[in-house]
Amino acid sequence: MINVAIIDYKMGNLFSVFHACENVGLNPKISSDPKILKESDAAILPGVGAFGEAMETLEKLDLIKPIKEYIDTGKSFMGICLGFQLLFSESEEFGLHKGLGIFEGMVKKFSITSINGGNVKIPQIGWNQIYNYGNSWELSPLVGIDEGEYMYFVHSYYVEPVDDKIKMTKTIYECFEYCSSINKGNVFATQFHPEKSAKEGLKIYKNWARQINNRG
Amino acid sequence: MNHRIIARLDIKGPNLVKGIHLEGLRVLGKPEKFARYYYEMGADELYFQDVVASLYNRNSLHDIISKTAKEIFIPLTVGGGLRTIDDIKMVLRAGADKVSLNTAAIKNPELVRDASHRFGSSTIVVAIEAIKQDDHTYLAYTDNGREYTGIEVVKWAKQVEELGAGEICLTSVDNEGTGIGYDYELIRMVATSVSIPVIAHGGAGSPKDIKRVISESKVDAVAVASILHYGLLSCLNDENFNTEEGNIEFLKNGNQFTKITPTTIDEIKNYLYDNKITCRYKK
Repeated sequence: MINVAIIDYKMGNLFSVFHACENVGLNPKISSDPKILKESDAAILPGVGAFGEAMETLEKLDLIKPIKEYIDTGKSFMGICLGFQLLFSESEEFGLHKGLGIFEGMVKKFSITSINGGNVKIPQIGWNQIYNYGNSWELSPLVGIDEGEYMYFVHSYYVEPVDDKIKMTKTIYECFEYCSSINKGNVFATQFHPEKSAKEGLKIYKNWARQINNRG
Repeated sequence: MNHRIIARLDIKGPNLVKGIHLEGLRVLGKPEKFARYYYEMGADELYFQDVVASLYNRNSLHDIISKTAKEIFIPLTVGGGLRTIDDIKMVLRAGADKVSLNTAAIKNPELVRDASHRFGSSTIVVAIEAIKQDDHTYLAYTDNGREYTGIEVVKWAKQVEELGAGEICLTSVDNEGTGIGYDYELIRMVATSVSIPVIAHGGAGSPKDIKRVISESKVDAVAVASILHYGLLSCLNDENFNTEEGNIEFLKNGNQFTKITPTTIDEIKNYLYDNKITCRYKK
Protein backbone atom coordinates (compact mmCIF):
# COMPACT_ATOMS: atom_id res chain seq x y z
CA MET A 1 0.00 0.00 0.00
CA ILE A 2 1.38 3.39 -1.01
CA ASN A 3 0.78 6.06 1.62
CA VAL A 4 0.09 9.48 0.18
CA ALA A 5 0.06 12.62 2.32
CA ILE A 6 -2.42 15.21 1.09
CA ILE A 7 -1.06 18.38 2.64
CA ASP A 8 -3.86 20.21 4.41
CA TYR A 9 -3.14 23.91 4.82
CA LYS A 10 -6.80 24.94 5.03
CA MET A 11 -7.04 26.12 1.45
CA GLY A 12 -9.81 24.61 -0.58
CA ASN A 13 -11.47 21.29 -0.84
CA LEU A 14 -9.23 18.25 -0.50
CA PHE A 15 -11.86 15.57 -0.68
CA SER A 16 -11.91 15.15 -4.43
CA VAL A 17 -8.13 14.67 -4.33
CA PHE A 18 -8.65 12.10 -1.57
CA HIS A 19 -11.29 10.19 -3.56
CA ALA A 20 -9.16 10.23 -6.70
CA CYS A 21 -6.22 8.71 -4.78
CA GLU A 22 -8.45 6.00 -3.37
CA ASN A 23 -9.90 5.33 -6.77
CA VAL A 24 -6.45 4.45 -8.19
CA GLY A 25 -5.49 2.26 -5.23
CA LEU A 26 -3.41 4.73 -3.23
CA ASN A 27 -3.79 5.12 0.53
CA PRO A 28 -4.33 8.84 1.11
CA LYS A 29 -4.24 10.74 4.37
CA ILE A 30 -5.24 14.38 4.73
CA SER A 31 -2.93 16.02 7.22
CA SER A 32 -1.04 19.16 8.21
CA ASP A 33 1.39 17.22 10.37
CA PRO A 34 5.00 17.47 9.09
CA LYS A 35 5.68 14.05 10.61
CA ILE A 36 3.00 12.35 8.53
CA LEU A 37 4.36 14.11 5.46
CA LYS A 38 7.86 12.86 6.22
CA GLU A 39 6.73 9.26 6.65
CA SER A 40 4.58 9.14 3.50
CA ASP A 41 5.67 7.51 0.24
CA ALA A 42 4.38 10.37 -1.88
CA ALA A 43 2.73 13.73 -1.30
CA ILE A 44 0.25 16.09 -2.90
CA LEU A 45 0.08 19.84 -2.41
CA PRO A 46 -3.45 20.81 -3.50
CA GLY A 47 -5.26 24.07 -2.86
CA VAL A 48 -7.47 26.78 -4.22
CA GLY A 49 -7.27 30.37 -3.05
CA ALA A 50 -4.87 33.23 -2.50
CA PHE A 51 -1.11 32.79 -2.85
CA GLY A 52 -0.03 35.09 -0.02
CA GLU A 53 -2.47 33.62 2.45
CA ALA A 54 -1.38 30.12 1.48
CA MET A 55 2.29 30.88 2.13
CA GLU A 56 1.40 32.48 5.46
CA THR A 57 -0.58 29.43 6.50
CA LEU A 58 2.17 27.03 5.40
CA GLU A 59 4.56 29.06 7.51
CA LYS A 60 2.26 29.06 10.54
CA LEU A 61 1.87 25.30 10.26
CA ASP A 62 5.67 24.89 10.00
CA LEU A 63 5.30 23.16 6.66
CA ILE A 64 7.62 25.16 4.41
CA LYS A 65 10.88 23.50 5.39
CA PRO A 66 9.35 19.98 5.57
CA ILE A 67 7.91 20.39 2.04
CA LYS A 68 11.27 21.54 0.63
CA GLU A 69 13.09 18.69 2.39
CA TYR A 70 10.50 16.23 1.17
CA ILE A 71 11.01 17.26 -2.43
CA ASP A 72 14.80 16.92 -1.95
CA THR A 73 14.41 13.28 -0.87
CA GLY A 74 13.30 12.42 -4.41
CA LYS A 75 9.91 11.03 -3.38
CA SER A 76 7.02 11.66 -5.74
CA PHE A 77 5.42 15.03 -5.27
CA MET A 78 2.39 16.46 -7.05
CA GLY A 79 1.19 20.07 -6.95
CA ILE A 80 -2.31 20.98 -8.08
CA CYS A 81 -3.69 24.43 -8.95
CA LEU A 82 -2.52 26.76 -6.16
CA GLY A 83 -0.19 23.92 -5.11
CA PHE A 84 1.41 24.20 -8.58
CA GLN A 85 1.80 27.97 -8.31
CA LEU A 86 3.31 27.79 -4.82
CA LEU A 87 6.27 25.79 -6.16
CA PHE A 88 7.54 28.89 -7.96
CA SER A 89 9.64 31.73 -6.67
CA GLU A 90 7.25 34.65 -6.68
CA SER A 91 3.67 35.79 -7.17
CA GLU A 92 2.21 39.18 -7.93
CA GLU A 93 -1.16 38.30 -6.37
CA PHE A 94 -2.18 41.29 -4.18
CA GLY A 95 1.41 42.55 -3.94
CA LEU A 96 4.57 40.51 -4.30
CA HIS A 97 4.85 37.26 -2.36
CA LYS A 98 7.65 34.76 -2.12
CA GLY A 99 6.74 31.20 -2.99
CA LEU A 100 8.43 27.90 -2.10
CA GLY A 101 11.01 28.58 -4.80
CA ILE A 102 11.45 24.98 -5.95
CA PHE A 103 11.40 26.34 -9.49
CA GLU A 104 12.22 29.74 -10.83
CA GLY A 105 9.29 31.63 -12.22
CA MET A 106 6.59 34.20 -11.71
CA VAL A 107 2.88 33.74 -10.96
CA LYS A 108 0.88 36.39 -12.80
CA LYS A 109 -2.72 37.41 -13.20
CA PHE A 110 -4.49 36.98 -16.53
CA SER A 111 -4.42 40.45 -18.00
CA ILE A 112 -6.77 39.85 -20.90
CA THR A 113 -9.95 41.85 -20.39
CA SER A 114 -11.91 41.74 -23.60
CA ILE A 115 -12.01 39.78 -26.80
CA ASN A 116 -14.21 40.36 -29.85
CA GLY A 117 -16.09 42.99 -27.90
CA GLY A 118 -17.14 40.58 -25.16
CA ASN A 119 -15.94 40.44 -21.57
CA VAL A 120 -13.28 37.87 -20.80
CA LYS A 121 -14.37 35.94 -17.75
CA ILE A 122 -11.80 35.71 -14.98
CA PRO A 123 -11.39 33.32 -13.25
CA GLN A 124 -11.30 30.82 -16.04
CA ILE A 125 -13.79 28.21 -14.85
CA GLY A 126 -14.28 25.19 -17.01
CA TRP A 127 -12.74 22.68 -19.37
CA ASN A 128 -9.82 23.53 -21.58
CA GLN A 129 -7.33 21.62 -23.70
CA ILE A 130 -3.76 20.68 -22.97
CA TYR A 131 -1.10 20.53 -25.69
CA ASN A 132 2.47 19.37 -25.70
CA TYR A 133 4.98 22.12 -24.92
CA GLY A 134 7.73 20.45 -26.88
CA ASN A 135 9.01 18.18 -24.10
CA SER A 136 8.18 14.47 -24.00
CA TRP A 137 5.37 13.29 -21.71
CA GLU A 138 6.85 9.78 -21.55
CA LEU A 139 8.40 10.10 -18.10
CA SER A 140 5.59 12.20 -16.64
CA PRO A 141 2.14 11.16 -15.42
CA LEU A 142 0.80 12.56 -18.69
CA VAL A 143 1.98 9.49 -20.60
CA GLY A 144 -0.84 8.11 -22.74
CA ILE A 145 -2.96 11.25 -22.53
CA ASP A 146 -4.12 12.54 -25.91
CA GLU A 147 -2.77 15.77 -27.34
CA GLY A 148 -5.62 18.28 -26.97
CA GLU A 149 -7.33 16.41 -24.12
CA TYR A 150 -9.75 18.42 -21.99
CA MET A 151 -9.02 19.11 -18.32
CA TYR A 152 -10.90 21.12 -15.70
CA PHE A 153 -9.48 24.52 -14.72
CA VAL A 154 -10.39 27.11 -12.09
CA HIS A 155 -7.91 29.98 -11.82
CA SER A 156 -7.21 33.69 -12.25
CA TYR A 157 -3.42 33.41 -12.12
CA TYR A 158 -0.98 31.50 -14.29
CA VAL A 159 2.67 30.52 -13.99
CA GLU A 160 5.59 31.64 -16.15
CA PRO A 161 8.38 29.11 -15.48
CA VAL A 162 11.89 30.28 -16.39
CA ASP A 163 13.13 26.84 -17.41
CA ASP A 164 11.54 25.77 -20.71
CA LYS A 165 12.59 22.17 -20.20
CA ILE A 166 10.17 21.59 -17.33
CA LYS A 167 7.11 22.78 -19.26
CA MET A 168 4.88 19.83 -20.10
CA THR A 169 1.61 21.30 -21.36
CA LYS A 170 0.33 24.55 -22.70
CA THR A 171 -3.22 25.77 -22.65
CA ILE A 172 -4.86 28.66 -24.47
CA TYR A 173 -7.47 30.79 -22.73
CA GLU A 174 -9.12 33.45 -24.89
CA CYS A 175 -6.13 33.50 -27.28
CA PHE A 176 -3.64 33.70 -24.40
CA GLU A 177 -1.16 30.84 -24.21
CA TYR A 178 0.34 29.75 -20.90
CA CYS A 179 2.05 26.80 -19.24
CA SER A 180 -0.50 24.49 -17.58
CA SER A 181 1.77 21.78 -16.15
CA ILE A 182 5.39 21.02 -15.40
CA ASN A 183 7.44 17.93 -14.64
CA LYS A 184 10.97 17.62 -13.37
CA GLY A 185 12.35 14.49 -11.75
CA ASN A 186 10.07 13.60 -8.87
CA VAL A 187 7.93 16.74 -9.09
CA PHE A 188 4.85 16.93 -11.27
CA ALA A 189 2.43 19.84 -11.03
CA THR A 190 -0.65 21.00 -12.87
CA GLN A 191 -2.70 24.16 -13.07
CA PHE A 192 -5.76 22.04 -13.90
CA HIS A 193 -7.49 19.62 -11.55
CA PRO A 194 -6.95 16.03 -12.70
CA GLU A 195 -9.28 14.88 -9.90
CA LYS A 196 -12.13 16.82 -11.48
CA SER A 197 -11.28 15.99 -15.07
CA ALA A 198 -13.30 12.79 -15.45
CA LYS A 199 -11.66 9.59 -16.72
CA GLU A 200 -8.72 11.24 -18.43
CA GLY A 201 -7.90 13.04 -15.20
CA LEU A 202 -8.00 9.77 -13.28
CA LYS A 203 -5.62 8.33 -15.85
CA ILE A 204 -3.08 10.93 -14.70
CA TYR A 205 -3.52 9.72 -11.12
CA LYS A 206 -3.12 6.12 -12.28
CA ASN A 207 0.10 6.98 -14.10
CA TRP A 208 1.36 8.88 -11.07
CA ALA A 209 0.62 5.89 -8.80
CA ARG A 210 2.49 3.58 -11.17
CA GLN A 211 5.47 5.92 -11.27
CA ILE A 212 5.60 6.04 -7.46
CA ASN A 213 5.87 2.26 -7.53
CA ASN A 214 8.60 2.33 -10.14
CA ARG A 215 10.51 4.97 -8.24
CA GLY A 216 10.47 2.52 -5.34
CA MET B 1 -13.86 29.46 -23.86
CA ASN B 2 -15.56 26.10 -23.75
CA HIS B 3 -19.20 26.31 -22.78
CA ARG B 4 -20.22 23.93 -20.04
CA ILE B 5 -23.21 21.62 -20.10
CA ILE B 6 -24.21 21.03 -16.51
CA ALA B 7 -26.65 18.29 -15.57
CA ARG B 8 -28.93 19.63 -12.87
CA LEU B 9 -30.62 17.24 -10.47
CA ASP B 10 -33.38 18.52 -8.21
CA ILE B 11 -33.62 16.32 -5.17
CA LYS B 12 -36.35 15.76 -2.63
CA GLY B 13 -35.57 13.26 0.08
CA PRO B 14 -34.01 10.24 -1.60
CA ASN B 15 -35.53 10.96 -5.01
CA LEU B 16 -34.70 12.87 -8.14
CA VAL B 17 -37.68 15.11 -8.85
CA LYS B 18 -38.64 17.66 -11.46
CA GLY B 19 -41.23 20.38 -11.39
CA ILE B 20 -42.57 23.12 -13.58
CA HIS B 21 -41.86 26.71 -12.52
CA LEU B 22 -39.99 24.98 -9.65
CA GLU B 23 -43.34 23.63 -8.37
CA GLY B 24 -45.43 20.46 -8.67
CA LEU B 25 -42.60 18.05 -8.15
CA ARG B 26 -42.72 14.71 -9.88
CA VAL B 27 -40.59 11.79 -8.79
CA LEU B 28 -38.25 10.57 -11.53
CA GLY B 29 -35.98 8.06 -9.82
CA LYS B 30 -32.76 7.62 -7.90
CA PRO B 31 -30.43 10.60 -8.20
CA GLU B 32 -27.26 8.51 -7.86
CA LYS B 33 -28.13 6.53 -10.96
CA PHE B 34 -28.88 9.59 -13.06
CA ALA B 35 -25.72 11.31 -11.78
CA ARG B 36 -23.55 8.34 -12.68
CA TYR B 37 -25.12 8.10 -16.11
CA TYR B 38 -24.61 11.81 -16.88
CA TYR B 39 -20.99 11.54 -15.75
CA GLU B 40 -20.40 8.60 -18.09
CA MET B 41 -22.10 10.46 -20.92
CA GLY B 42 -19.80 13.48 -20.67
CA ALA B 43 -21.58 16.03 -18.48
CA ASP B 44 -19.14 18.82 -17.64
CA GLU B 45 -20.46 19.27 -14.12
CA LEU B 46 -23.27 18.13 -11.86
CA TYR B 47 -25.54 20.43 -9.89
CA PHE B 48 -27.61 19.02 -7.03
CA GLN B 49 -30.36 21.18 -5.63
CA ASP B 50 -32.30 20.13 -2.55
CA VAL B 51 -35.66 21.59 -3.44
CA VAL B 52 -37.14 21.08 0.00
CA ALA B 53 -34.68 23.24 1.83
CA SER B 54 -36.48 23.16 5.16
CA LEU B 55 -36.09 19.40 5.30
CA TYR B 56 -32.39 19.68 4.73
CA ASN B 57 -31.47 18.43 8.16
CA ARG B 58 -32.58 14.95 7.28
CA ASN B 59 -29.16 14.36 5.77
CA SER B 60 -30.51 12.56 2.75
CA LEU B 61 -28.70 14.91 0.40
CA HIS B 62 -25.59 14.40 2.46
CA ASP B 63 -25.62 10.67 1.73
CA ILE B 64 -26.29 11.28 -1.93
CA ILE B 65 -23.36 13.73 -2.14
CA SER B 66 -20.87 11.46 -0.43
CA LYS B 67 -21.85 8.45 -2.51
CA THR B 68 -21.63 10.50 -5.70
CA ALA B 69 -18.34 12.21 -4.81
CA LYS B 70 -16.61 8.85 -4.40
CA GLU B 71 -17.29 7.72 -7.91
CA ILE B 72 -17.75 10.84 -9.98
CA PHE B 73 -14.75 12.96 -10.92
CA ILE B 74 -16.23 16.13 -12.30
CA PRO B 75 -17.15 19.27 -10.35
CA LEU B 76 -20.19 18.93 -8.15
CA THR B 77 -22.24 21.92 -6.99
CA VAL B 78 -24.72 21.53 -4.15
CA GLY B 79 -27.45 23.93 -3.11
CA GLY B 80 -30.57 24.12 -1.00
CA GLY B 81 -31.03 25.19 2.58
CA LEU B 82 -27.45 26.32 3.19
CA ARG B 83 -27.64 29.12 5.72
CA THR B 84 -24.30 29.39 7.49
CA ILE B 85 -20.56 28.94 7.03
CA ASP B 86 -20.90 25.67 8.95
CA ASP B 87 -23.61 24.41 6.59
CA ILE B 88 -21.28 25.14 3.68
CA LYS B 89 -18.35 23.45 5.36
CA MET B 90 -20.45 20.34 5.96
CA VAL B 91 -21.47 20.04 2.32
CA LEU B 92 -17.89 20.57 1.13
CA ARG B 93 -16.69 17.91 3.54
CA ALA B 94 -19.27 15.53 2.14
CA GLY B 95 -17.57 15.98 -1.24
CA ALA B 96 -19.15 18.95 -3.01
CA ASP B 97 -16.75 21.22 -4.92
CA LYS B 98 -18.99 24.28 -4.93
CA VAL B 99 -22.07 25.41 -3.08
CA SER B 100 -24.99 27.41 -4.34
CA LEU B 101 -26.68 30.04 -2.17
CA ASN B 102 -29.97 31.81 -2.75
CA THR B 103 -32.30 32.49 0.18
CA ALA B 104 -29.46 32.89 2.67
CA ALA B 105 -27.57 35.23 0.32
CA ILE B 106 -30.56 37.53 -0.07
CA LYS B 107 -31.32 37.56 3.65
CA ASN B 108 -27.68 38.08 4.56
CA PRO B 109 -25.49 39.27 1.66
CA GLU B 110 -22.45 39.29 3.94
CA LEU B 111 -22.62 35.49 3.92
CA VAL B 112 -21.52 35.61 0.26
CA ARG B 113 -18.55 37.77 1.19
CA ASP B 114 -17.58 35.61 4.19
CA ALA B 115 -18.02 32.37 2.29
CA SER B 116 -16.06 33.47 -0.76
CA HIS B 117 -13.28 34.81 1.39
CA ARG B 118 -13.14 31.64 3.40
CA PHE B 119 -13.60 28.98 0.72
CA GLY B 120 -12.49 30.94 -2.35
CA SER B 121 -14.73 32.71 -4.85
CA SER B 122 -14.70 29.78 -7.21
CA THR B 123 -16.47 27.68 -4.56
CA ILE B 124 -19.41 30.06 -4.21
CA VAL B 125 -22.27 30.08 -6.72
CA VAL B 126 -25.18 32.43 -6.14
CA ALA B 127 -28.48 31.15 -7.51
CA ILE B 128 -30.91 33.79 -8.69
CA GLU B 129 -34.55 32.86 -9.26
CA ALA B 130 -36.03 35.53 -11.51
CA ILE B 131 -39.69 36.22 -12.21
CA LYS B 132 -40.85 38.71 -14.82
CA GLN B 133 -43.18 41.40 -13.46
CA ASP B 134 -46.14 43.03 -15.19
CA ASP B 135 -44.03 46.11 -15.86
CA HIS B 136 -41.44 43.87 -17.63
CA THR B 137 -38.83 44.21 -14.92
CA TYR B 138 -37.37 41.11 -13.28
CA LEU B 139 -37.29 40.50 -9.56
CA ALA B 140 -35.36 37.90 -7.57
CA TYR B 141 -37.39 35.40 -5.55
CA THR B 142 -36.39 32.84 -2.97
CA ASP B 143 -37.65 29.42 -1.83
CA ASN B 144 -38.16 28.01 -5.33
CA GLY B 145 -39.73 31.15 -6.67
CA ARG B 146 -42.29 31.43 -3.88
CA GLU B 147 -41.02 34.30 -1.75
CA TYR B 148 -41.11 37.85 -3.03
CA THR B 149 -38.05 39.96 -2.19
CA GLY B 150 -38.53 43.08 -4.31
CA ILE B 151 -34.88 42.96 -5.36
CA GLU B 152 -34.15 43.79 -8.98
CA VAL B 153 -32.27 40.97 -10.71
CA VAL B 154 -29.47 42.83 -12.56
CA LYS B 155 -28.73 44.97 -9.52
CA TRP B 156 -28.54 41.85 -7.38
CA ALA B 157 -26.28 40.08 -9.88
CA LYS B 158 -23.83 42.99 -9.81
CA GLN B 159 -23.94 43.06 -6.03
CA VAL B 160 -23.15 39.35 -5.64
CA GLU B 161 -20.23 39.74 -8.02
CA GLU B 162 -18.97 42.58 -5.86
CA LEU B 163 -19.45 40.44 -2.75
CA GLY B 164 -17.14 37.83 -4.22
CA ALA B 165 -19.39 35.17 -5.74
CA GLY B 166 -17.55 33.12 -8.36
CA GLU B 167 -20.54 32.28 -10.54
CA ILE B 168 -24.23 33.01 -10.94
CA CYS B 169 -26.83 30.37 -11.74
CA LEU B 170 -29.77 32.25 -13.18
CA THR B 171 -33.17 30.54 -13.27
CA SER B 172 -36.09 31.92 -15.14
CA VAL B 173 -38.91 30.63 -12.95
CA ASP B 174 -41.46 31.53 -15.65
CA ASN B 175 -39.81 29.20 -18.16
CA GLU B 176 -38.43 26.52 -15.84
CA GLY B 177 -39.63 23.00 -16.61
CA THR B 178 -41.75 24.08 -19.57
CA GLY B 179 -39.50 23.38 -22.54
CA ILE B 180 -40.58 26.62 -24.24
CA GLY B 181 -37.00 27.88 -24.46
CA TYR B 182 -35.01 30.26 -22.26
CA ASP B 183 -35.90 33.80 -21.33
CA TYR B 184 -33.18 35.09 -23.64
CA GLU B 185 -33.67 38.74 -22.77
CA LEU B 186 -33.39 38.23 -19.03
CA ILE B 187 -30.33 36.03 -19.36
CA ARG B 188 -28.56 38.35 -21.75
CA MET B 189 -29.20 41.31 -19.45
CA VAL B 190 -27.56 39.55 -16.53
CA ALA B 191 -24.74 37.84 -18.42
CA THR B 192 -23.59 41.07 -20.03
CA SER B 193 -23.68 43.12 -16.84
CA VAL B 194 -21.27 40.97 -14.80
CA SER B 195 -17.83 39.59 -15.54
CA ILE B 196 -18.21 36.35 -13.59
CA PRO B 197 -19.55 33.28 -15.41
CA VAL B 198 -23.33 32.96 -15.69
CA ILE B 199 -25.12 29.62 -15.92
CA ALA B 200 -28.48 29.75 -17.70
CA HIS B 201 -31.20 27.55 -16.24
CA GLY B 202 -34.85 27.07 -17.02
CA GLY B 203 -36.73 26.39 -20.20
CA ALA B 204 -34.59 24.30 -22.55
CA GLY B 205 -36.80 22.16 -24.78
CA SER B 206 -34.19 21.15 -27.37
CA PRO B 207 -30.49 21.54 -28.21
CA LYS B 208 -31.50 24.50 -30.40
CA ASP B 209 -32.59 26.45 -27.33
CA ILE B 210 -29.22 25.76 -25.73
CA LYS B 211 -27.35 26.96 -28.78
CA ARG B 212 -29.48 30.08 -28.86
CA VAL B 213 -28.96 30.99 -25.20
CA ILE B 214 -25.19 30.61 -25.57
CA SER B 215 -24.88 32.63 -28.75
CA GLU B 216 -27.60 35.20 -28.12
CA SER B 217 -27.53 35.63 -24.35
CA LYS B 218 -23.74 35.23 -23.97
CA VAL B 219 -23.75 32.70 -21.15
CA ASP B 220 -20.79 30.55 -20.21
CA ALA B 221 -22.74 27.49 -19.20
CA VAL B 222 -26.20 25.96 -19.16
CA ALA B 223 -27.80 23.79 -16.52
CA VAL B 224 -30.25 21.30 -18.00
CA ALA B 225 -32.64 18.91 -16.29
CA SER B 226 -35.97 17.85 -17.85
CA ILE B 227 -34.52 17.59 -21.33
CA LEU B 228 -32.04 14.96 -20.07
CA HIS B 229 -34.14 13.25 -17.41
CA TYR B 230 -37.20 12.49 -19.51
CA GLY B 231 -35.27 10.48 -22.03
CA LEU B 232 -33.82 8.33 -19.30
CA LEU B 233 -36.95 7.45 -17.37
CA SER B 234 -37.73 4.20 -19.09
CA CYS B 235 -34.21 2.81 -19.11
CA LEU B 236 -33.02 3.75 -15.63
CA ASN B 237 -36.06 3.01 -13.51
CA ASP B 238 -36.02 -0.72 -13.47
CA GLU B 239 -36.40 -1.08 -9.73
CA ASN B 240 -38.42 0.25 -6.85
CA PHE B 241 -37.68 3.62 -5.42
CA ASN B 242 -39.04 5.60 -2.54
CA THR B 243 -42.65 6.45 -3.24
CA GLU B 244 -43.30 8.46 -0.13
CA GLU B 245 -41.97 11.73 -1.47
CA GLY B 246 -43.64 13.50 -4.32
CA ASN B 247 -46.08 12.62 -7.00
CA ILE B 248 -45.31 9.39 -8.85
CA GLU B 249 -48.37 9.34 -11.10
CA PHE B 250 -46.19 10.82 -13.80
CA LEU B 251 -43.86 7.86 -13.70
CA LYS B 252 -46.64 5.31 -13.71
CA ASN B 253 -48.19 6.87 -16.76
CA GLY B 254 -44.90 7.42 -18.53
CA ASN B 255 -46.15 10.71 -19.86
CA GLN B 256 -43.91 13.00 -21.86
CA PHE B 257 -44.10 16.72 -22.17
CA THR B 258 -44.95 17.78 -25.65
CA LYS B 259 -42.69 20.84 -25.53
CA ILE B 260 -39.65 18.90 -24.40
CA THR B 261 -37.70 16.80 -26.84
CA PRO B 262 -35.74 14.35 -24.69
CA THR B 263 -32.09 14.38 -25.67
CA THR B 264 -28.66 13.34 -24.39
CA ILE B 265 -25.55 15.26 -23.43
CA ASP B 266 -23.81 13.82 -26.44
CA GLU B 267 -26.55 15.03 -28.79
CA ILE B 268 -26.46 18.50 -27.25
CA LYS B 269 -22.69 18.76 -27.58
CA ASN B 270 -22.68 17.37 -31.07
CA TYR B 271 -25.25 19.99 -32.06
CA LEU B 272 -23.22 22.79 -30.47
CA TYR B 273 -20.04 21.52 -32.11
CA ASP B 274 -21.69 21.46 -35.53
CA ASN B 275 -22.86 25.02 -34.93
CA LYS B 276 -19.36 26.22 -34.07
CA ILE B 277 -20.03 26.68 -30.38
CA THR B 278 -17.01 25.59 -28.41
CA CYS B 279 -17.48 22.95 -25.73
CA ARG B 280 -15.69 19.92 -24.36
CA TYR B 281 -16.40 17.54 -27.17
CA LYS B 282 -14.35 15.15 -29.24
CA LYS B 283 -15.96 14.06 -32.45
